[in-house]
Amino acid sequence: MIQTIVFLPLFGFLIAGALGRLIGARGSEIVTTAFLGIAAALAWVIFVSVSHSEDKLSVAVLGNWFTSGKLAVAWSLRVDALTAVMLVVVTTVSFLVHFYSIGYMHEDPSRPRFFAYLSLFTFAMLMLVTADNLVQMFFGWEGVGLASYLLIGFWYEKPSANAAAIKAFVVNRVGDFGFALGIFLVFALTGSVSLDAVFAAAPSLANHPIHVFGLDWDAITLCCLLLFMGAMGKSAQFLLHTWLPDAMEGPTPVSALIHAATMVTAGVFMVARLSPLFSLSPVALDVVMLVGATTAFFAATVGLVQNDIKRVIAYSTCSQLGYMFVALGAGGYSLAIFHLFTHAFFKALLFLGAGSVIHAMHHEQDMRKMGGLKDEIPFTFWMMTIGTLALTGVGIPFTPIGFAGFVSKDAIIEATYASHGAFSAYAFLCVVVAAGFTSFYSWRLVFMTFFGHRGDWAGSIPHEDHADDAHAHDDHGHGAAHESPRSMLIPLAVLAVGAAFAGMLFAGDFKGETAPEFFKGALALGGENKLLADMENVPWWVSLAPFVMMLGGFLVAYQMYVVDKAAPARVAKANPLLYRFLLNKWYFDEIYDFLFVRPAFWLGRAFWKGGDGYVIDGFGPDGVSARVLDVTRGAIRLQTGYVYHYAFAMLIGVAAFATWYIFQGIGR
Amino acid sequence: MDIALTNFVTLAAILFTIGVAGIILNHKNIIVILMSVELILLAVNINLVAFSSASHDLTGQVFALMILTVAAAEAAIGLAILVAFYRNRGSIAVEDVNSLKG
Repeated sequence: MIQTIVFLPLFGFLIAGALGRLIGARGSEIVTTAFLGIAAALAWVIFVSVSHSEDKLSVAVLGNWFTSGKLAVAWSLRVDALTAVMLVVVTTVSFLVHFYSIGYMHEDPSRPRFFAYLSLFTFAMLMLVTADNLVQMFFGWEGVGLASYLLIGFWYEKPSANAAAIKAFVVNRVGDFGFALGIFLVFALTGSVSLDAVFAAAPSLANHPIHVFGLDWDAITLCCLLLFMGAMGKSAQFLLHTWLPDAMEGPTPVSALIHAATMVTAGVFMVARLSPLFSLSPVALDVVMLVGATTAFFAATVGLVQNDIKRVIAYSTCSQLGYMFVALGAGGYSLAIFHLFTHAFFKALLFLGAGSVIHAMHHEQDMRKMGGLKDEIPFTFWMMTIGTLALTGVGIPFTPIGFAGFVSKDAIIEATYASHGAFSAYAFLCVVVAAGFTSFYSWRLVFMTFFGHRGDWAGSIPHEDHADDAHAHDDHGHGAAHESPRSMLIPLAVLAVGAAFAGMLFAGDFKGETAPEFFKGALALGGENKLLADMENVPWWVSLAPFVMMLGGFLVAYQMYVVDKAAPARVAKANPLLYRFLLNKWYFDEIYDFLFVRPAFWLGRAFWKGGDGYVIDGFGPDGVSARVLDVTRGAIRLQTGYVYHYAFAMLIGVAAFATWYIFQGIGR
Repeated sequence: MDIALTNFVTLAAILFTIGVAGIILNHKNIIVILMSVELILLAVNINLVAFSSASHDLTGQVFALMILTVAAAEAAIGLAILVAFYRNRGSIAVEDVNSLKG
């Protein structure tokens, strides 16, 4: 069964990719979507059976990949509780996104290619989550990176999409470099890349020093930090986050599938999968928490002022991924997976809803040109509202009743308070403040897009911007918005159900005393890890804090964007420096441009013009050919074609010979 | 009157040199080259006859007669080629005969 789930998307990719011209766009859509539907149904079957069975895990070995000395890597599919959760998330969201894309992409001429890429991505992601060894995980890891690159650059005629695709690929290389080094180090230390063998060997490596660059490091800590570097790249954490907002250049369903629900959570999954390793290194967990908390806070602040509807949600994704890493750093691995699970539903819902808005607005993404869409596309409005309620964490405090985000995010906040890491206090502050910001920017998005009237915010568009867009605006901006086709609305409704109820339904599997039973050793929840018990005993104000922040964010957003619409401009004018700082995303792109991009270009140009062009070409091929040409030019001048010149040459020769023999004769 | 062998050889050398110089320095037309070749053959003949008479051996003179025959044939063929060449190219100027150059 697991083989079917994993390989159906691959077949879908091959059919749509190779035979797309033959079976046409409609055929590709049907084949890939149907295959994903089957896979999703089977994934739910596996999820139910795993949560009820006593078996810890089952591994289906498909065959040997390569063997080299001690290094033996097999193709194998590992199914345990963690994999089952990921299977459900990946296949369900992927199926809904396939389905949604039929409506969203219906005007695009290269739909077979699009659906093929989507299925390829799903296959790679499934290989990643079912990996039983680090090398196969790396295979899936790179596979999703490739699919992400292809899909971000799907509209390759747009230079900005190509630039974004390259940026995503290059930034991910930085992280993957760390991931690969981490795998090498794990193999060097334990002599195996198979997960079970690594986990078995890991405890004996505690406090094992390793000598690198003249310093003694703790081997496990170094391993974990290197592996975490990979997670930072893929999950767009602070310092390696710059690619994610740019990745919004891709089609919106891609943003929903890859850059919200699944691929970006691969880092979270990887750390959770390797939790037996990470739990041996408190330092690594502290770093994970520090990075996660910083990301959660940083991305939320940037999200406050963005005007592109997809970028707001992208920064929100970045911020929520930060929450997951905070949970991992606190030792609440199941909570991180829980938030991953619920986040997949409501963030995919928000992205697909945003896609529906963009579709309704004829591919306009600037929220300042929207407004008043509530009455024109009511269904999308209600779905977006449910997504927002879930993201901001609406629920009844002190009860388990609430939207998905309420259950999972508040659990993370409580766990952060209960944890004992070096940065717990800092992380707690960050995530609580970020919860307020999350609420503010989410409601700001809803109010700007759906409330008021069209053009309420047009005044805040800078003038040169406005002039540029003026004609395009006239072309389509003022046209009446129309509700999206049914194929786009059904996935929204399904995801809305998930966003509303997934938290309450599955809370028992992920938090509280019952979580270790559900995961059955797939995560390092047992032993000394008492976090899940401790978090039940936090003070009442800790449980209330996120609710208060959520409410505060909502009220401020309501005041600023519905009641007093002059307020945003006033606040921005009162704090020009802060506003510009946030609007420019803390100037990260500029700093990286200065620190890395420009020196890299400079170095590249130096090697190209100086090294290759001048030295190698000059003294190598070009130099040799130039000397040969010089000689031939002389030889050509000898060949005049006049018979008497040749005769003269012969005469000279004869004279020379004669002279030689005559003088030799004299000498004798 | 008795003329020394040296004089004959000197005359032959002068004729030979004039012939060679005619071939090399001639930039006008191909007939001059043919004439120069005849001149060289003449120089050879003088040498042959002079040495044969000096060494009282008739073989040299017989050879000279044969060379005259060959020279006549050669001149005929050379002129025939020249005519054919002129028909093809419309010129017998030496400057135009450089199709050996690629």
